Amino acid sequence: MLKTRIIPCLDVANGRVVKGVNFVDIVDAGDPVESAIRYNDMGADELCFLDIMATEENRGTMYDLATRTAEACFMPLTIGGGVRTHVDVRNLLLAGADKVSFNSAAVADPDVLTEAALRFGSQCIVCAIDAKTVAPGRWEIFTHGGRRATGIDAVEFALTAQAKGAGEILLTAMDNDGTKSGFNLALTRAVTDAVSIPVIASGGVGTLDHLVEGVTKGGASAVLAASIFHFGTYTIPQAKAHMQAAGVPVRI
Amino acid sequence: MTTVLIDYDSGNLHSAQKAFERMAAEVDAGDVIVTGDPDVVARADRIVLPGDGAFPHCHAELHGISGLADAIRESVERRAVPFMGICVGMQMMGLRGFEYEETPGFGWIDGEIQKITPNDATLPVPHMGWNDLVIDTPHPVLDGLKTGDHAYFVHSWQMKMGDPSQRLAHCDYAGDITAIVGRDTIIGTQFHPEKSQDAGLRMIANFLRWAP
Repeated sequence: MLKTRIIPCLDVANGRVVKGVNFVDIVDAGDPVESAIRYNDMGADELCFLDIMATEENRGTMYDLATRTAEACFMPLTIGGGVRTHVDVRNLLLAGADKVSFNSAAVADPDVLTEAALRFGSQCIVCAIDAKTVAPGRWEIFTHGGRRATGIDAVEFALTAQAKGAGEILLTAMDNDGTKSGFNLALTRAVTDAVSIPVIASGGVGTLDHLVEGVTKGGASAVLAASIFHFGTYTIPQAKAHMQAAGVPVRI
Repeated sequence: MTTVLIDYDSGNLHSAQKAFERMAAEVDAGDVIVTGDPDVVARADRIVLPGDGAFPHCHAELHGISGLADAIRESVERRAVPFMGICVGMQMMGLRGFEYEETPGFGWIDGEIQKITPNDATLPVPHMGWNDLVIDTPHPVLDGLKTGDHAYFVHSWQMKMGDPSQRLAHCDYAGDITAIVGRDTIIGTQFHPEKSQDAGLRMIANFLRWAP
């Protein structure tokens, strides 16, 4: 049986792990490669690095982090943030990423997903969707770290991303991100019901029950969290034991 | 001793290279070389064929390097060199694939590559993540692995066996998914041993020590 993946996410800026609340108020949370090795040893199912600076200068740092992580961690590594073209995908894959996540560039032109998927396969192309609630049951995509409204419906865009070749959706509820109030389950369920590719739920995890709800109520294939793991609130084994006890299949 | 990882511009070789290098050092298995040079392949003691992405793309890239596919075929069929295919590299050991268009494989394993169609239509495809292996047939490369060990899969197409005796392991995804195939001096894994932590590294070490 396929297991639900637990994915610690490391937001990276200037070579350090950072964590913000609602995409602002950033605090330092350690060295990315040290964190990656710790999560590898704890049995995390995947790792995710998000380059929240996404500047040219930071790009070299991300390549270096990918390479050093891939030398020490024999598990899947997804990298996102500032990915614009299939050339960026190739460079990140060569540096050591296993999957690469598009965000703003895919919203601006979904065909970049197709260009990358045709070259490298859908299995390594993730489309990250950052959505905010604009009305009950309606969510819109915001880009550029949540600063720019697009007017694009998040569920419709998830279908577009799938049709264009994305192999997975990383869905972040921006209202919830960093608040420890739990996933936006209505949004998660709306997207998982709409698409047939795996969806990673992200944004808002504060308790282990939140992880369970992302799967049982949201229908997610994987759950992503940052703060609860970085700041030692819970360990990966604690999270897995809790999910198993709740009847969610996990890799122990 | 030289193990060659075939580089034919298909996806991510980095993690495979690091995993094979690390285990080769651990079991004293000599050098690991990443190359698409047919002359180097023709002298290799072991060959690993990775592969990510679409079957026809991998096939075209492999055959786009003059002499490379022939060197692999010659090494496996005449020199009986131990061979491991990974993901699409494993799929290419079969008779043919049907992703986008019908494309021939090496024809070493009696199986065809078909789209994954779980019996539960709500299950996502690609089949992505950690699934537990059911070992069908013991094999030296699986030494130390047991049914229930997890491996990391990421694929939308899978090998449907014509000869079930060549399937060494499978997993369940509302229906059987072929996980490991093999015969004689060749073995292939649908999952990524280089991303499967301890179980995967153990398989790689076993392969590097395998003397069929």
